[in-house]
Amino acid sequence: MREMTFGQAIREALAEEMRRDSRVIIIGEDVAEAGTVFKVLAGLVDEFGPERVIDTPISEAGITGVGVGAAMTGMRPVVDIMFGDFITLAMDQIVNQAAKVHYMSGGKLRVPMVVRTTLGATRRSAAQHSQSLHAWVSHIPGLKVALPSTPADAKGLLTTAIRDDNPVVFYEDKMMYQVKGPVPEGEYVIPFGVADIKRAGTDVTIVATSSMVYVALEAATLLEAAGISAEVVDPRTLYPLDTATLVRSVQKTGRAIVVDEGYMRYGITAEIAAVIADEAFDYLDAPVKRIGAADVPVPFSPVLEDRTVPTAHSVAAAATALCGPASASR
Amino acid sequence: MDIGVRKRATAAGRAQRDQWLDVYRRMLLIRIFEEHVNDLYTGGKMPGLAHLYIGEEAVAVGVCHALRRDDYITSTHRGHGHCLAKGASVDRMFAELLGKEPGYCRGKGGSMHIADPDAGNLGANGIVGGSAGIATGAALSAKLRATDQVAVCFFGDGALNQGLLYEVMNMAALWKLPVIYVCEHNVYGEYTHSSETTAGDPKARPAALGIPSGEVDGQDVRAVYAAAGDHVERARHGGGPGFLLCRTYRFRGHHVGDINRPYRAREEEEGWIRDRDPVRILGGWLAQQRLADAAGLEEIEREVRAEVAAGVQFALAAPYPDPSEVAEDVYA
Repeated sequence: MREMTFGQAIREALAEEMRRDSRVIIIGEDVAEAGTVFKVLAGLVDEFGPERVIDTPISEAGITGVGVGAAMTGMRPVVDIMFGDFITLAMDQIVNQAAKVHYMSGGKLRVPMVVRTTLGATRRSAAQHSQSLHAWVSHIPGLKVALPSTPADAKGLLTTAIRDDNPVVFYEDKMMYQVKGPVPEGEYVIPFGVADIKRAGTDVTIVATSSMVYVALEAATLLEAAGISAEVVDPRTLYPLDTATLVRSVQKTGRAIVVDEGYMRYGITAEIAAVIADEAFDYLDAPVKRIGAADVPVPFSPVLEDRTVPTAHSVAAAATALCGPASASR
Repeated sequence: MDIGVRKRATAAGRAQRDQWLDVYRRMLLIRIFEEHVNDLYTGGKMPGLAHLYIGEEAVAVGVCHALRRDDYITSTHRGHGHCLAKGASVDRMFAELLGKEPGYCRGKGGSMHIADPDAGNLGANGIVGGSAGIATGAALSAKLRATDQVAVCFFGDGALNQGLLYEVMNMAALWKLPVIYVCEHNVYGEYTHSSETTAGDPKARPAALGIPSGEVDGQDVRAVYAAAGDHVERARHGGGPGFLLCRTYRFRGHHVGDINRPYRAREEEEGWIRDRDPVRILGGWLAQQRLADAAGLEEIEREVRAEVAAGVQFALAAPYPDPSEVAEDVYA
């Protein structure tokens, strides 16, 4: 299969859906000529014109609100929020408007809108351009949340997001745009709520999201050298969450670590750990371990910032601690 | 004058008369509807909050009279009047206010969230200024779909100080979107006088963005209709957004439970109610123009009272939603 980068896969999904459905529009800051600060959308305005690839003022709440209204009246907007940190500016429109319109109207109105935004630290961008705030929107009934880890998943999940009749917040790790991988040509759809086992294993389940999948895979390689077989499970969507696949994996391994780049406290890792504890308690040989970003504002200095994110070594160390005593007793 | 001309003139006169009688009927419908909301609320039959539109009827009716059924509106927490003016029926409105199954939102929205998309009503909103983006997005959608629909965003003077409004007005001006921002300036944002919250002339704000703005006596439905009509026609024909400041007054409290109202003088309220009642102003004009006599207006009131009473009975008798419906409609 041909290879392309994560960013190219995002762009291909958008282009294909825009060709297929004239209701799909892109709206956001610097999306047209500039193709976004990350260059992900480069060239789309040439094909689809400024009416469908709409450069906006720097007004995140306004952009998102306009997207909600357009979605309610027959369009399928893809709203671009450049940095995930800026979603805070649009929270009323996402949480109180987009997420609730369908329910509040007794099912009569729909908001088929995608909010594309970013997460991920280590770009040396400091505290307001580095956060992974996907837990915020995952908390809200009415929203769906996707966070692909591979170029193929990016294409398949974004296609699904655009076709979904609900508001979807779609997270791309800004450090992954250059990651390469095989991507199917033509229409490629991955249903929401289907986790993907990125690596099969038998001793410990590592549930990892977005770029943390690569951290987990690297940890699995380290663990393999130490004789521990790790299974890496990527939920791919936080809502809907494929609890069945998570539970099946833990039933097999008996141990689980959850790795996510959001802040640890009250975060994604807590939710997934609770799901596993609830539904696979009898199979667990040890408490579920959580690894997230340090509970500090993301610092600028590289030596400080690197201390805040999960690493392959921190994940491998946690897995070794989980498996060690149990392995010894076998 | 030959007979043909006179006949045409008479037909035009009849159309003129019927139009204003219809407007009168609709304003009275809102007034009497809201009086019954007050009674249902104080009688313990309506849960939640009730923000009454009494005193502001000419704004909703005058603006919506200038709209087509397929034009869009977005509304506010004080939204019953907008919904009725855009074509909602009283029985399903009352049912929603009581949280009943046949309500416009099957009991899931309530007073602050009534949506009626069949009539172009994209919903009332519990967030002050929260619907400005939705109205502007609907206008963008109309433009992209190349329809000639327009969108009206109703909001109160309290929303003048929400940033979202200016973000989307800026985009509407840049992109020449068919949206009219209608500010119902009823002098008080909740319990605080606008002079304490709002600097400068509100019209200077759209003016800074190059959006044509106007100010109108919000108690005079004919003036509201004329001013709104100008904005609507311009927007419909590609002329871009407009801003209409309607000077009006909330005859009742912020909500039904706002009884004592220490933030404003009784003389002020009494003056507005005595001299500036929009229903009575139109009724007086109709009589003066000999378009209706007292008996004719009383007949309209009887009919409206019967319609509202039947709506209340419908809602009281209607079933509540089945509790199992709580998890329906979270996702489409």
